[in-house]
Amino acid sequence: MSSFEPYETESGLSRRAVECIVALLLCAVAIAVLWDSYGRGAGWDGGPQSGFFPARMAWLLLAASAVVFFQGLRAERGILVTWGQLRQVSMVLLPLTLYVLAIGYLGIYVASVFFLAGFMIAFGSFRWWTILAASVLIPVITFWVFEMQFEVPLPKGPLEAMLGF
Amino acid sequence: MKRAALAGAALLLSTLAASAWEPTKSVEIIVPFGPGGASDQMARTMQAIIQKHGFSKESFIVVNKPAATGGEAMMEMKKSKGDPHKLITTSSTIYMTPLATKIPVSWHDFTPVAMVAQDEFGLWVNAESPIKSVSDLAKAAKEAHPPLKVGGGGSKREDELVSFGVFSELGAPISYIPYKSGGEASTQLAGNHIVVETNNPSEDVANWRAGLTRPLCVLSPKRIAYTAKVTTDMAWSDVPTCGEQGLKFTYNMLRGLFLPSGVTPEQQAYYVDLIEKVTATPEWKEYLERNALKADVRTGKDYVDFLNADEAKHKDLMAKAGFLPTN
Amino acid sequence: MENIVYLLDGFQVALSLHNLLFMLIGVLLGIVVGVLPGLGGPNGVAILLPLTFGMDPTSAIILLTSIYWGALFGGAITAVLFNIPGEPWSVATTFDGYPMAQQGRAGEALTAAFTASFVGAISGVMLITFLAPLVAKFALRFGPAEFFAVFFLTFCSFIGMGKENKAKIIVSLAFGFILAGVGIDTISGDMRMTFGVTELMSGVDFLVVVIGMFGISEILLALEEGMSFRGKNAKIDPIVVLRTWAQMPRYIFTFIRSCLAGIWLGISPGGAVAASFMGYGLAKRFSSRGERFGQGEIEGVIAPETAAHAAGTAALLPMLALGIPGSATAAVLLGGLMIWGLQPGPLLFVEQRDFVWGLIASMYLGNIVGLIVVLSTVPLFAAIMRIPFALIAPVILMMCAIGAYTVANAEFDIWLMLIFGVVGYAFKKLDYPLAPMVLALVLGDRAEDAFRQALIGSGGDLSVFWENGLVTSLMVIALALLLWGPISDGLSRLRSRRPVAAE
Repeated sequence: MSSFEPYETESGLSRRAVECIVALLLCAVAIAVLWDSYGRGAGWDGGPQSGFFPARMAWLLLAASAVVFFQGLRAERGILVTWGQLRQVSMVLLPLTLYVLAIGYLGIYVASVFFLAGFMIAFGSFRWWTILAASVLIPVITFWVFEMQFEVPLPKGPLEAMLGF
Repeated sequence: MKRAALAGAALLLSTLAASAWEPTKSVEIIVPFGPGGASDQMARTMQAIIQKHGFSKESFIVVNKPAATGGEAMMEMKKSKGDPHKLITTSSTIYMTPLATKIPVSWHDFTPVAMVAQDEFGLWVNAESPIKSVSDLAKAAKEAHPPLKVGGGGSKREDELVSFGVFSELGAPISYIPYKSGGEASTQLAGNHIVVETNNPSEDVANWRAGLTRPLCVLSPKRIAYTAKVTTDMAWSDVPTCGEQGLKFTYNMLRGLFLPSGVTPEQQAYYVDLIEKVTATPEWKEYLERNALKADVRTGKDYVDFLNADEAKHKDLMAKAGFLPTN
Repeated sequence: MENIVYLLDGFQVALSLHNLLFMLIGVLLGIVVGVLPGLGGPNGVAILLPLTFGMDPTSAIILLTSIYWGALFGGAITAVLFNIPGEPWSVATTFDGYPMAQQGRAGEALTAAFTASFVGAISGVMLITFLAPLVAKFALRFGPAEFFAVFFLTFCSFIGMGKENKAKIIVSLAFGFILAGVGIDTISGDMRMTFGVTELMSGVDFLVVVIGMFGISEILLALEEGMSFRGKNAKIDPIVVLRTWAQMPRYIFTFIRSCLAGIWLGISPGGAVAASFMGYGLAKRFSSRGERFGQGEIEGVIAPETAAHAAGTAALLPMLALGIPGSATAAVLLGGLMIWGLQPGPLLFVEQRDFVWGLIASMYLGNIVGLIVVLSTVPLFAAIMRIPFALIAPVILMMCAIGAYTVANAEFDIWLMLIFGVVGYAFKKLDYPLAPMVLALVLGDRAEDAFRQALIGSGGDLSVFWENGLVTSLMVIALALLLWGPISDGLSRLRSRRPVAAE
């Protein structure tokens, strides 16, 4: 997928660790599904019960992720993702999480203004007026398209309520 | 200055309240099902009528919220306390979803506006089926091995409830096969993959007219009133009731509208008035006839009494059928 | 041949200036709606339905079906450019379309996708024109057992063991099946794997997962790799359309194969999503370049797009001929028919001849108009890739959030999208294949439902899956396809070994 050679000297999360952690998480998912399915009945009662298929799939998932786990233990040492890369990713993931959280309170349009502006400041080198124009205009256009033209109500917050929408 | 503005605003509000209330922004008609279903069509027909006759200066928007089999839509209505710009359309699911899923919401959390119609239910068979009456059906069901294949839309919903009601009275075991929708069940009946199905008239009328399926009887106390010919030789009024053939079980499904709780009586009155205007138009009557819905507008206390009685009936029936969660 | 006469009359209706104008408007609106993830298909048509109140039925349905065609074309745009499928059936288009865009061949991929959609749709319309009554009756023969067989067949045609780690393929597949099962079970009404979360009751929507897994995770990967889309340096080439067309004749068999698979699934009715996967799977298996699929092979774009649109169009046939909505979009269109005062169903062809043939004629014309419009915008869309990443990325993320929300108008879905974005990122980093998961997610619960419906009807007797000619032949073909991969692998291994032994 991506090439890691240039970063070989940098430190980061090793492939081995990530493989094993993901495999363990998948095992946990499988066990939760098994617990849920057998709780409802996963047998064959004149045809499969509601837990029958999920339980079979969960056994399969459990077995396959166990194999992945042991393969992971034997994987060669190597960096899957460097700390620097991980920092880049979390620099989007955290604001994105905040954005989704803010949608619930401010509505999608106001939240988008902050999100767009923040993103452009953090990752771009735009002049301040470009940032201002883009981060305000894009949500306004979106509002016009969705709320006024297509009449699709999206999550709105106190500002829109104040303006009478 | 500020105080003057406030006083002005209060004055404005009181004059507004004194005169009739009207929506100040677009009104959402929330449909707790996906696009294309019977509830969706009703909402869109209303929307079309309101728009065409100019009953409101503000636009009415249909919003589909099918999440959690309508539970999400009901929870949202509960949260929108006091918001007079949200309507929800309902059918029997308004009792059944909370009862079956234990979502903490019921119609008592809303402001009833009006019932607009009652939907009929019928028993349908393939056009070439030898079953011609309820007694034929009872006989076929008792002789069938494996048990008779009865189809309907959804599991533990109104179709299965109706099947349970009918066949427990007939005293015959059945295999109820749930499909994703009533329309799908109708197609399966046309293809002879099931023997009987329970469906609203609107879900089966196309196949009936095409000579693929045939109504055995309707599960209403009275025959359907529409006398215009639907097929070459039959009208809805020619279909017998199941009662005429000795079956006591009856079932009808309400179609109605609610506002969130906490709205003012003026706001409620506005929508009651609007619904009365809508249901008086020829387009609405045409819509009812096309779907063989029974015209039955109830508002105010009438509507609440109906809801209470209907809810009790569903609770009882669901308990007997074992649809209530045990834990 | 009287159909041809009716069709010519239909063209006269559809070719009026004002209907052509509606077609153009419809296609443009449809593209806009189709580009916004979550809004396409049934939602898009439902949203624009009020526009048509008060129009005469023929113009209204022309407008609406043109929106539909536009949305179908539009779904491919985001799939190719940003790895975000605008429609469920565009998922298979991303497999090769997005790698092509990364190599700077976005224009080529879009042209191929649009042309393929057009060919598929036209083949579907031809079917409707000439075989409508015959085919409509055939669709009635599909009971639960036959449905299961169709899904099984789709599955077998797509799943040949790939080159990826076998254990990871199985993980991906099983995970997809489990996700498909979340929510209220159609058959028993039980709540499955919701763990007490109300929002999970109606299940995990396929589009939400796909927007997260493909769209969000792609942006995370792009950030990690230096904040740019790799197709940034795409040259804008005005004659890209003509150059791409020049290589089309080479893929004639892919077109034919996909048309047949699509039409078959459209009327059977397995649906456009199943068709797109089957088209891709078949092409991968039978093409001489099948090995290179997934790395930006133009055939990998043509195959799923042709099949999906052949199926999507053919699915309108049961709607017109029987009044059975073959898809959610068709269901909305049906609702529209009733609002305009038409009764859909088998008698529509007799009672409303003008309307039906006007509609069919507009399907030909709408697709031609659509193709011209989208092709002329290819350079424009390819240019989107040149917008600075720091501006386009947040806009895409915002559109993803809107898309996830509009699928069911639920805020919870935005959270799900975010979670699946992270899952997708981890899976892609660790080389888990995503395709088996997506396929299992789409077809898993439908296959399971059909399987259990069949067994309820037969009283638990498994012989229902080989009780008649239709279901038996479907099952046999499916098994043959499933075993084809290993067997042909084995054969070619034998063949390559033989010369070594001879030396």
